[in-house]
Amino acid sequence: MTEFAVRAEGVGKVFPTKDGDVVALTEVELTVDAGEFVSLIGPSGCGKSTLLRLIADLDPASSGTLEIFGKPASKARVDQDYGIAFQQAGLLPWRTVAGNIALPLELHGMAKPARAARVAELAELVGLTEFVDRYPDQLSGGMQQRVAIARALAEQPRLLLMDEPFGALDEMTREYLQGELTRIAADTGAAVVFVTHSIPEAVFLSDRVVVMSPRPGRITDILTTGLGDTRDEALRESPAYFERVTAVREALHGTPVERANER
Amino acid sequence: MTRQRAAIAWGVLGVVAIMVIWEVYKFLGPAEGFVVGAITGQTGSGVMLLPRTNDRAMPHIWEMVARLFQSTSGGDTPPLIVPVVTAGLLTLGIAAVGWLIGVSVGALLGLVMQRWRLAEWGLLPWIVVSQTVPLIAFAPIVNSIGTQIDRGGTPWPQWLSVALIASYLAFFPVAVGVLRGLEAPDRIHLDLMRTYAAGYWPTLLRLRLPAAVPHLLPALRLAAASAVVGAVVAEVSIGMRGGIGRMLIQLAGQGSSDPAAPWGPTFGSIALGLVAAGSVALIGFGLKNYRRGEATA
Ligand SMILES: Nc1ncnc2c1ncn2[C@@H]1O[C@H](COP(=O)(O)OP(=O)(O)OP(=O)(O)O)[C@@H](O)[C@H]1O
Ligand SMILES: [Mg+2]
Repeated sequence: MTEFAVRAEGVGKVFPTKDGDVVALTEVELTVDAGEFVSLIGPSGCGKSTLLRLIADLDPASSGTLEIFGKPASKARVDQDYGIAFQQAGLLPWRTVAGNIALPLELHGMAKPARAARVAELAELVGLTEFVDRYPDQLSGGMQQRVAIARALAEQPRLLLMDEPFGALDEMTREYLQGELTRIAADTGAAVVFVTHSIPEAVFLSDRVVVMSPRPGRITDILTTGLGDTRDEALRESPAYFERVTAVREALHGTPVERANER
Repeated sequence: MTRQRAAIAWGVLGVVAIMVIWEVYKFLGPAEGFVVGAITGQTGSGVMLLPRTNDRAMPHIWEMVARLFQSTSGGDTPPLIVPVVTAGLLTLGIAAVGWLIGVSVGALLGLVMQRWRLAEWGLLPWIVVSQTVPLIAFAPIVNSIGTQIDRGGTPWPQWLSVALIASYLAFFPVAVGVLRGLEAPDRIHLDLMRTYAAGYWPTLLRLRLPAAVPHLLPALRLAAASAVVGAVVAEVSIGMRGGIGRMLIQLAGQGSSDPAAPWGPTFGSIALGLVAAGSVALIGFGLKNYRRGEATA
């Protein structure tokens, strides 16, 4: 029996506001297998962040059922089944880079020596070893985002939720971290739900790309990339890769409202 | 660093300006003041528009300073500065106790109000109203309750009443500051703590309290100043001996024969306020990292 990391059935989300209800998501049907890499792509405001927040149990779903590893989302959160990186870095300004990465470890009672070793490992991974004693206000936006990614990976979660984590990075770091992320995901066997605005990024990283459209937010298409397990630089120049990029672009633009370029 | 220096320079400039204005007015102003509508032969009638500038009403600044080093009440009594400092230290000690009580009570109220919305609704209006009760009316009540407890067998020294009254002024800024401070964290940080399944206490310790520091420091400083004012006023209104408030009143009573003397305890109480606020500023140095600007991403 394959285990599902995420299973959403008929999930909807309505935000009641002063000027009436905002339907952020309707009828979302999505399963993410354990160890699978799934990207969510779609124009701004189509509910990508909202879906991620529902999975993370930061907001309750208005309708439908949502299961994480066969448990209700709230149980999965309490069990620490996922790690999350938000659209903004969200570092604590009074903690150093090391202190920020260590936060979840500290909260969950990891002993100090083990914690220090793990922090060093993670800092190395995101290329911030020389900066562990710096404070967030002494880092560039991209560096802050890398700290946030290291923090999300700290406890080797079975499920990673990432909301445009590479949005603020330069192209070089971005490609480097994309490679690292696929490697980490493969090594740890973690499932990843990854929100992005970039079609090539979605294709490069994912096993499946979920295309969404706004008003109301819903899933319009799910494409399997079928690019195999090795995601290296050679892949970026292969015809299969370009073909998938084109397919996703068409799926995105084929949606009734053409807002793919809006950010 | 330069900003600190500028702050000091402005402070010094302000003090110098006040001294200059004092002396200039004393030099230019009418010795017996300027009174309209006075009825001759009736002292104290009419409305005084300009205060007197004679040496009894407005001693020279150097006389006030010199007086500090002359004997307190003639003979071989120690220079005035000695009793001023002793009295100042007593009042400072009482104010410190009042500050501690006020900070504890205020912090507790702030915590409770942040934890339970209902408590905020129920408590905050009363906390605000409490500060409109005049100290002069409130002090004797505390004192008489204290005396009754003392008679009842439990020792209740008078200074404890003074400290309580000082704490009554000190708790207010702390309660409000703690409440605002604890609600200061960004949504993203609260979300993050939620994803870690961190409960109330870990969130308080690792997020809310550190984020509250920038709100807390001014509140603590304000509380320190309030505690000193409260202690001085309370000493006077319940007639406690030994503190600087009482000394002020005593020397002011002898003002006509020794006009420079009351300025000694006046300077003393100003110094008291500065010492109190300065000590709190020292706490701020230890907490520098909690005052860092938000991340810019
Ligand atoms: N707390 C909220 N209250 C009201 N409406 C909300 C709330 N959060 C999100 N929305 C609405 O839900 C819709 C989806 O928002 P969401 O943030 O999920 O979009 P997104 O796909 O992540 O966009 P982007 O790519 O710009 O990040 C938007 O129309 C937004 O206005
Ligand atoms: Mg978003």
